[in-house]
Amino acid sequence: MAGKIDPMHQFTVEPLVPLHIGQYDISLTNSAAWMLAALVVIGLFMWGGMKRQVVPGRWQMAVEGLTGFIDDLVQVNIGPEGKKFTPFVFSLFTFILVANLLGLLPLAIVPGWHPFTPTSHFSITGLLAIMSFSLVLIIGFWRHGFHFFSLFVPHGTPWYMLPLIIPIEIVSFLVRPFSLALRLFVAMMSGHILMEVFGSFIVNGFASGSPVGFGVGAVSFIFIVGVGALELLVCALQAYVFALLTSLYLNDAINLH
Amino acid sequence: MDLQSAKMIGAGLAAIGTGAAAIGVGFVFGSFLQSALRNPAAADGQQGRLFLGFALAELLGLMAFTVALLILFVF
Repeated sequence: MAGKIDPMHQFTVEPLVPLHIGQYDISLTNSAAWMLAALVVIGLFMWGGMKRQVVPGRWQMAVEGLTGFIDDLVQVNIGPEGKKFTPFVFSLFTFILVANLLGLLPLAIVPGWHPFTPTSHFSITGLLAIMSFSLVLIIGFWRHGFHFFSLFVPHGTPWYMLPLIIPIEIVSFLVRPFSLALRLFVAMMSGHILMEVFGSFIVNGFASGSPVGFGVGAVSFIFIVGVGALELLVCALQAYVFALLTSLYLNDAINLH
Repeated sequence: MDLQSAKMIGAGLAAIGTGAAAIGVGFVFGSFLQSALRNPAAADGQQGRLFLGFALAELLGLMAFTVALLILFVF
């Protein structure tokens, strides 16, 4: 009588408003809808805090805290020249954070609804990573020209080590967008699979009616409360790590050693 | 051994890597705390490096998880 556990179902992208132009499918999917929801939440949050009062209220303090946090991050990691890139890092950080958090909303209590996390798809995180990686490339070649390739030669390397060091540096540079995207995507997806599996343990355990099933359900319930708190932490941490690594890579391109 | 059970065993073996990454992440935070308690004044300045080390150690565990998923669902 136990229902089958299907942890991958929550990641299906399904069209909400079907729309076809020629042979291209540009339907509004649930993924796009949740990204728009993230945009609306960010917009409302920023709009409420941009009153520019001399004595800030609670809301403005929250917004100033967020912008000040990212401003500090960029200042510390890039230096004074990084001020131009604060909006970019800020957009990345807030979008990832809000998209992660919206995906954790307990909307499944409304029948037929379930939250969707856009950042649990490699196509979304891959695009974010490509954006920050291509910005690094553009800035690097714009400012330093072909001198940018000296990034692959660490300062003070003995000449006989160069044939070994240069390929390692090139590979570690090329793998950056991949690792950036994979980290966010897998962290979000594994968290949601874990929650789904233990949520199914609770439902199936209580539904089985046996004392053992009841015990499993009770233990899973306690466990999932802890996992839920951990997931909130992971949401913020992954957004922070993405912003931090983006600013570190930008630092490489701006202040070539 | 048929393909299905070999896949399951392979995915289980790949999941060992996440445990190894747990050791790595624990080592990063443990060493940070050890040195932060010796010199608490300098600890706040090293938070960026703490999370950088955490991210790099965690990535390898996530890759093991990805390999397990690939074995289970792709092949």
